[in-house]
Amino acid sequence: MFKRLIIGVSLFWLTLFIFFPNLLVLIVSFLSRDNESLVTAHPTFENYLNILDPIYLKVLISSCSLAFITTLLTLIIAFPFALILSRLPIKLRNLSLLLIIIPFWTSALVRTYCIKIILTTNGLLNQLLMKLSIISEPLDLLYTNGAVVMGLVYTLLPFMILPLYAAMEKLDIRFIEAARDLGAGYFNTLLRVIIPLSAPGIIAGALLVFLPALGLFYIPDILGGSKTLMLGNLIKNQFLDARNWPFGSALSVVLTIIMGLLLALNYKTVRTAAKKGII
Amino acid sequence: MQKIVFFKYFLLLLVCCNNSPIVEYCNKFLDIICYNLYIPLAFLMILAKFLTFEEKVAYNGKYADNNDEGIPKVVELKNISKSFDGFKVLKDFNLTVNNGEFLTLLGPSGCGKTTILRLIAGFETPDAGVIIINGKDITRLPPNKRSVNTVFQSYALFPHMSVFDNAAFGLKMSKTPPNELKERVYEVLSAVKLTEFASRKPAQLSGGQQQRVAVARAIVNKPAVLLLDEPLSALDAKLRYQMQEELKRLQETLKIAFVLVTHDQEEALSISDRVVVINDGVIQQIGSPKQVYEEPKNLFTAQFVGDINIFDAHVVDIDNGVVTADVEGYRCAVDNKREMHIGESFKLLLRPEDMRVAKLSESPDTVGLLVGNVELKTYKGATLDSVIILENGKRVMASEYFDEEDEDFDYHINERVSVGWVKGWEVILENEG
Repeated sequence: MFKRLIIGVSLFWLTLFIFFPNLLVLIVSFLSRDNESLVTAHPTFENYLNILDPIYLKVLISSCSLAFITTLLTLIIAFPFALILSRLPIKLRNLSLLLIIIPFWTSALVRTYCIKIILTTNGLLNQLLMKLSIISEPLDLLYTNGAVVMGLVYTLLPFMILPLYAAMEKLDIRFIEAARDLGAGYFNTLLRVIIPLSAPGIIAGALLVFLPALGLFYIPDILGGSKTLMLGNLIKNQFLDARNWPFGSALSVVLTIIMGLLLALNYKTVRTAAKKGII
Repeated sequence: MQKIVFFKYFLLLLVCCNNSPIVEYCNKFLDIICYNLYIPLAFLMILAKFLTFEEKVAYNGKYADNNDEGIPKVVELKNISKSFDGFKVLKDFNLTVNNGEFLTLLGPSGCGKTTILRLIAGFETPDAGVIIINGKDITRLPPNKRSVNTVFQSYALFPHMSVFDNAAFGLKMSKTPPNELKERVYEVLSAVKLTEFASRKPAQLSGGQQQRVAVARAIVNKPAVLLLDEPLSALDAKLRYQMQEELKRLQETLKIAFVLVTHDQEEALSISDRVVVINDGVIQQIGSPKQVYEEPKNLFTAQFVGDINIFDAHVVDIDNGVVTADVEGYRCAVDNKREMHIGESFKLLLRPEDMRVAKLSESPDTVGLLVGNVELKTYKGATLDSVIILENGKRVMASEYFDEEDEDFDYHINERVSVGWVKGWEVILENEG
């Protein structure tokens, strides 16, 4: 009885707040735009055809590539971090995990504005560099792709560290010892044992970083200005600024499909890994 | 930590109040510290690695390659000390492994035997002392630079690699050309009878097969010495006996030294050329299985290796070299292997199978024998094991083979019996402490 109640409540919740809104988005994406009531009941495929416009395709590709670079950078930074973390004594490990979580207690928006303050023309970084006489004129750091990537990496790093840490914590130290015993140096141990065995964590972390990186709109908004248009910003613009809800919905659907495909890929790899006995 | 957090929130409050950019800088700065704690940490770890990472192989001519009997030495541990968290596991430990021998380190758990193995393998560095393999000082050498391989207790087979790749790992690391690699991998796989399983993953193998892969993987590089860390403890009894035989045979064909760690005294006796009995990081006795079992040098070895009866005794009379002693209150003749004097107290050690039990109803003469009541008898198939309580309460274990001529060979519980032993089989130890 209690079990049914719980399932019923969660099902109701999911239907009302997840399934229903998504269904609405899907329906709206097939309707036309109307200046007075936002949407008219005039079915069309035009919204999807519009996405094929080179301008929007370019946005799609550039946001995918930015998200990819972000994922790569977080992976490069998070991997050694997680590896060291998983080998620390348990007390230090818990403290370090706490330190990773602490920035979450501050609003991400506030943290992004802080990055802006650092990177801005008269900001902390430029002033420091000028004081040290490394540069004579302030650099244009803000409103570049670099700034956006930095913001994304900074915000999404914990999402990479935590799954990697979870995978590496499970990794038996004896596998590493066995590799060393058989003549593998640090690099070969990393390449042939640690990376393959933490692959599920790498994939999970990559998804957890890549997907939000595609959709996060406030970071490109604040740090990229008008120069960097990512998929998330585009959708936000269509809904809030251009008032073109059907087109925004179509873009949302495309984004959802991309994410769904990636998640399906993840599910498949994890299952094959489980079959091989890695997990 | 909490202070920092509070400090941060205090600052954030200020941000809300006056929007001063300096305060935001401070907040950001704290965030950076929190996030980037790992940079100094990583730096420290790398530094620590560099400090311990000395790959110099110092050949030291002063270490002789042969021991006293002229058999070449493979491994030498000299004055090794090692402690963990202030607890001394090994102190001034010395051990020599001879070429091509099967050496077993036998001891209760926590006696330091696994630490010795890990020191030889290079997973631990001794606090003091020298480790020499084939005449080279390798004390500070990392595990991958040592010609030593290990069979781990839990096997530690790489789960993402096939049996073939597992076995080939060592050869790949030593950059063996592909043709030779394939040949040598199949060579070791056939040595452990696993050729047809080459493409399987470890998860698809039984415990015994995984064990064989672990052995194959460890011997493929032809190490100077193979270390085995309780490799058979996870197998059931029957498979364990089979693997013991196979390990022994493998060791004889490969002619490389095996060092096995075990707490199973039966395994140690049946498999080894030499047994090293260890307790609390101190060698109690080194010797052949026969020596360790039949001539224990101290009470620990006597009690740890097999069952044994220990009697308190003292010398009461010496007449023409015949020593008569008081053993648990009975006057018995004792074989004197060394000089003794009247009044000297000692321990008399006898294995259960050395004991001879006789019914008092059949042979009432008890001169020179112990007398007691049968408390327990256990039918063991090949033997009849009994526990006899002497008049002073001392328990005596006896284990006798069935005599096919005597079909009535059995005792009643509480039957009065005399207990003697085969003359000359007793072991005499001085009182310890």
